[in-house]
Amino acid sequence: MAQKSGSKRLSVAKTYKIYIDGKFPRTESGRYFALEDSKGGVIANVCRSSRKDFRNAVVAARKAQPGWAKASAYLRGQVLYRVAEMLEGRRDQFIAELVLQGVGQRAAEKEVDLSIDRLIYFAGWADKYQQVFSAVNPVSSSHFNFSILEPTGVVSMLAPNDSGLLGLVSNVAPTIVGGNTCIVLASEKLPLCAVSFAEVLHASDVPGGVVNILTGHRSELTGQFASHMDVNAIIYCDADRKTAQSLQHAAADNIKRVVSRTRTDWFKSSAQHPYLIRDTQEVKTTWHPIGV
Amino acid sequence: MATPENKLAFDAGWQYSPAPESTDHIKVRKRYGLFIGGDFVAPEKGKYFDTVNPATEEKLSRVALASDADVDKAVKAARKAYGPWVRMKPAERGKYIYRIARIMQERSREFAAIESLDGGKPIRESRDVDVPLAAAHFFYYAGWADKLEYAFPGRKARPLGVAGQIIPWNFPLLMAAWKIAPALACGNTVVLKPAETTPLTAMKLAEVVADAGIPDGVVNIVTGAGETGAAIVNHPGVDKIAFTGSTEVGRIIQQALAGTNKKYTLELGGKAANIIFADAAIDQAVEGIINGIFFNQGHVCCAGSRLFVQESVAEEVIQKLKDRMETLIVGDPLDKNTDIGAINSRQQLDTIESYLAIGQGEGGEMYQSSCPVPDKGYWCRPTLFTGVSQSNRVVQEEIFGPVLAIQTFRTFDEALTKANNTPYGLSGGVWTDKGAKIFKMTQSVRAGVVWANTFNKFDPTSPFGGYKESGMGREGGLHGLDAYLRLEA
Repeated sequence: MAQKSGSKRLSVAKTYKIYIDGKFPRTESGRYFALEDSKGGVIANVCRSSRKDFRNAVVAARKAQPGWAKASAYLRGQVLYRVAEMLEGRRDQFIAELVLQGVGQRAAEKEVDLSIDRLIYFAGWADKYQQVFSAVNPVSSSHFNFSILEPTGVVSMLAPNDSGLLGLVSNVAPTIVGGNTCIVLASEKLPLCAVSFAEVLHASDVPGGVVNILTGHRSELTGQFASHMDVNAIIYCDADRKTAQSLQHAAADNIKRVVSRTRTDWFKSSAQHPYLIRDTQEVKTTWHPIGV
Repeated sequence: MATPENKLAFDAGWQYSPAPESTDHIKVRKRYGLFIGGDFVAPEKGKYFDTVNPATEEKLSRVALASDADVDKAVKAARKAYGPWVRMKPAERGKYIYRIARIMQERSREFAAIESLDGGKPIRESRDVDVPLAAAHFFYYAGWADKLEYAFPGRKARPLGVAGQIIPWNFPLLMAAWKIAPALACGNTVVLKPAETTPLTAMKLAEVVADAGIPDGVVNIVTGAGETGAAIVNHPGVDKIAFTGSTEVGRIIQQALAGTNKKYTLELGGKAANIIFADAAIDQAVEGIINGIFFNQGHVCCAGSRLFVQESVAEEVIQKLKDRMETLIVGDPLDKNTDIGAINSRQQLDTIESYLAIGQGEGGEMYQSSCPVPDKGYWCRPTLFTGVSQSNRVVQEEIFGPVLAIQTFRTFDEALTKANNTPYGLSGGVWTDKGAKIFKMTQSVRAGVVWANTFNKFDPTSPFGGYKESGMGREGGLHGLDAYLRLEA
């Protein structure tokens, strides 16, 4: 970050790294892209993640998924609540970071506050969505039969472009609250909060590998996010028509679930609902005979 | 048949007399057109193809081959019918669907006989499973038509428009019911394509639709093969695609739909694990294994085609399985004593036989029952493979025939790891008398339907569909409505 003007002390700038398997490596490729402010000054050198980084993140997400899915709903709720607590504690930092990237002060405040509240909203759903979306089915034979939701598995995610924090939180929270793990590509033009949010996750009780956050060029990574054979679903936000088509085509390689969240205003209250959780859930039906 | 003392001998001292279902009451026309806009119409190009009885290789009827132009006509008829259908009072829409269920029940035996003639499945199954379940499916979804606002809390449920539906040959009428019933209940109109080897009960269903007075164009049924299906998938006037079939074709469809706004659901292949623990009720488990793999000649996407037996009981289970296989009667699908009917087509028989060669070539030990099979027609004796491992093709790939691959395991974790080592995730089975073990295994198997101490059970109220490469979306139950609705805030 740039040195604060008028200050006698030389400030210490943060190196923005990526987040894989609960660790903060630089991209294995050693590449970067310069994030510039409106006057062309360099705000930060951001990691330009590679496909190899993505593959590493998938391995981490796959490894973490069964354990995270097995965590009780109560626990997952508390973990998400803890993330909100940590974010609240670093509220000023996130506002400053948004402002630094060109967001207005009041808009930045609103975005951070809404992000915290959205985490609380989904934390509360952790032990409730199952009751809303599951069923006991009155089959006509002598069986007990019920359908419950289970996480789809590993989810790749192209985060919204225009909302560096709120858009990210609004997609990550419903995905992981349902027991999935994910690999997120942060907004290309507003990447800083994503990295700082990884630090928040790290300081909370989210196990390593549950959320993996990469920065980099969408054009370079979208294909891999869509085609990787060990990813079960892809959520993409704000893709143009052509990108959406090639992404959907590639997703068919392993019958990936494709969730499109384009042109969503994440500031609206209608942008939070439990159907966002359901998007990355599978319905499992279990049968057992009734008798002696 | 050799009968050592430990063998089951259901026919010892007795012979089964033939008990054929009569066919004098069924009506099959010599030729069927396409059911478009409420009428059977001739195909634009005037082409027809034969549908044959796989048990005799005799021609049953000729059905129209729908071209792109015919599909276009059907989609337009469905579009025209959509407005009035969606504006109709939901309760009235429901009553139309109830009518289909009732007429189907009235004509159930005719449907069952034709299903067995055209597809080769035993009459006992078409009579007791396919047709009753198909009618029940219409009855179940009929009642949803005016209750959709209660199904998805906080959302408004809107129909999608015209649904294109493509179904397989293994449960021809039942799959048509699974597709049409929820689509209509949700206010959509449909263009359905039955499989090319089993079009007849869909043609009979078209008659029922007409008899029920369903407004013209609400249900359109076009016959043909893959190209007709592709014409439906690619038609710009279709709002939703529902497909049941192979993962291979499902993938092509998903690719074809990329970049369109068509909603889709895919019910694809499977390679289900059926897991037998040492503490299971063994005799019941053996029956479950038999039903799991030999039901409908193994032409079942959720068939229990991979058997995992705990090592300590493996010898006993495999012996009992072989004994039970010896009692299975393979033959005339219309005979009420028949357990295993005809393989659906020459092509499918070739596929199955190629896998038998592959399995043996990979070093697997093949066992087949010694039952006689008819001279004409397409038949495959019940078959099992032992001595196979996870990497064998007969363990990994869907065969879609009466072929069981058997492996053993020692621990729970080993069984689970092996069970989940597949790109598929449609169904699974677990057999044990221990409740805690049941819940642990049913929760850990990555599959959409899990049967504990039972197998291959279906019900209209029970959602069905796969994880992973077995597809997406559910059919049946409340969850099955979702496939035919747009949920709005």
